Amino acid sequence: MDKYNLNNSYKAVVIGGSAGSFQGIVKILSQIPKNFHLPIIMCLHRLKHVRNGFVEALSIKSVVQVVEPNDKETIKKGGVYLAPSNYHMSVELGNHFAMSTEEMINNSRPAIDVTLGTAAYVYRDKLIGILLSGANRDGGLGMKNIKDKGGLTIVQEPSECMIDTMPKAALSLTQIDYTLKIDEIVEFLIELDKHYK
Amino acid sequence: MIQDIDIADLKKITELIQVKYGYDFRNYAMSSFKRRMLRILELKSLSVESLLKKLQEQPTFIDEFLDELTVNVTEMFRDPGFWRIIRDEIIPGILLNHKQFKIWHAGCSSGEEVLSMTIVLKEMGILQDVQLYATDLDTTILEKAKQASYPIKNMELNEKNYIRYEGKGSLKDYYKEENGKAVFDKSLLQNVTFRKHDLVKGEVFNKFDLILCRNVMIYFNQTLQNEVLKKFHESMFKYGYLAIGSKESLIWCEVANKFLVVNNEEKVYKKIKD
Repeated sequence: MDKYNLNNSYKAVVIGGSAGSFQGIVKILSQIPKNFHLPIIMCLHRLKHVRNGFVEALSIKSVVQVVEPNDKETIKKGGVYLAPSNYHMSVELGNHFAMSTEEMINNSRPAIDVTLGTAAYVYRDKLIGILLSGANRDGGLGMKNIKDKGGLTIVQEPSECMIDTMPKAALSLTQIDYTLKIDEIVEFLIELDKHYK
Repeated sequence: MIQDIDIADLKKITELIQVKYGYDFRNYAMSSFKRRMLRILELKSLSVESLLKKLQEQPTFIDEFLDELTVNVTEMFRDPGFWRIIRDEIIPGILLNHKQFKIWHAGCSSGEEVLSMTIVLKEMGILQDVQLYATDLDTTILEKAKQASYPIKNMELNEKNYIRYEGKGSLKDYYKEENGKAVFDKSLLQNVTFRKHDLVKGEVFNKFDLILCRNVMIYFNQTLQNEVLKKFHESMFKYGYLAIGSKESLIWCEVANKFLVVNNEEKVYKKIKD
């Protein structure tokens, strides 16, 4: 019996995270099926002026190579994408990314609200948004955007978070569908993937 | 705060600007263009209707509008590794063929990049041999660029970048602090021509040995990127160099086969075919 009652209508998974989310992300990327069917689009707070190293660190244990896409790069099924340092990363209509150097949002560039908000606009109810541990409120509004368009929303269980400001921001702004621990998020994604086979 | 804006409303705005002022924003990338419009509506406390009215009835408003619409967030020596390649590979490459040459900063914004270039050239002892052109659509920002004066609070980041660039001295050697501003030595800009130029509608106006257009075309859709890249190709001498932003790419565009990748990490290309 399926625990989460999923289906194969979803087109993408977006993940936001900040302080304390790295281990969780690594766990998720190392435990999902090798040929996970949906694109995974990640926006994580990171040092603004360190361009190298982060994507490599994430890739070490990941089942799929993580890439920092170029501007207007096509979003592929099964691709795992990370917002590059010092750019906001948007999802554009027409299934590609767009980069921007606009003002910081919530003191962040990349800002999670930008990636989640634009993905919500493009994928509407075909999107799953996941927000992990973090020390500021970035991503809360993006999760609300996803929920408002009919997408499915998950936050990391606050008690498990190193810093729970971020998931709590989302919980205060909208009706989040699931509050899960990292292990349950992995379980959720494995169950989701079974619907695409 | 207005949370969203319809595509139909965005079209109304771009059409009015196109007809009345001759600027064409129809091929701007939708996600960022929408954010810019929402930002303007919020900053100026306007509704879409009142914005349209203002653009229709107050021609002086357009400059202010363009200044907010275009993204003017930049820093000196952004991507220090890029600047090391400019100093150690690209400029020496140009100097092999000619002693005097021309650089175009397309979409120069508030001038941090062109100012960085003049410092690179000065430290190489060749500033007097280079003609630099710095262009932007936004006349308000061009005036700022000419001042070469930036808030002191921006200097911490600029200094950090300069140190990572491994310049000859300290960035402080080039500016004086006055009223909370870092005022740069104006002689750095002696060979810089600032002029208004629209990448979308503007003509090819000169030929260059090096064009920098970093993080400008990210605000365009692929159709427009393609057109602008054709113009750049036309504006370059054979074996000239083109630099774009670290997260941009030439791979898919029409003129791609007329360029060679010089540095893939820092996105520097060389024109090899006319």
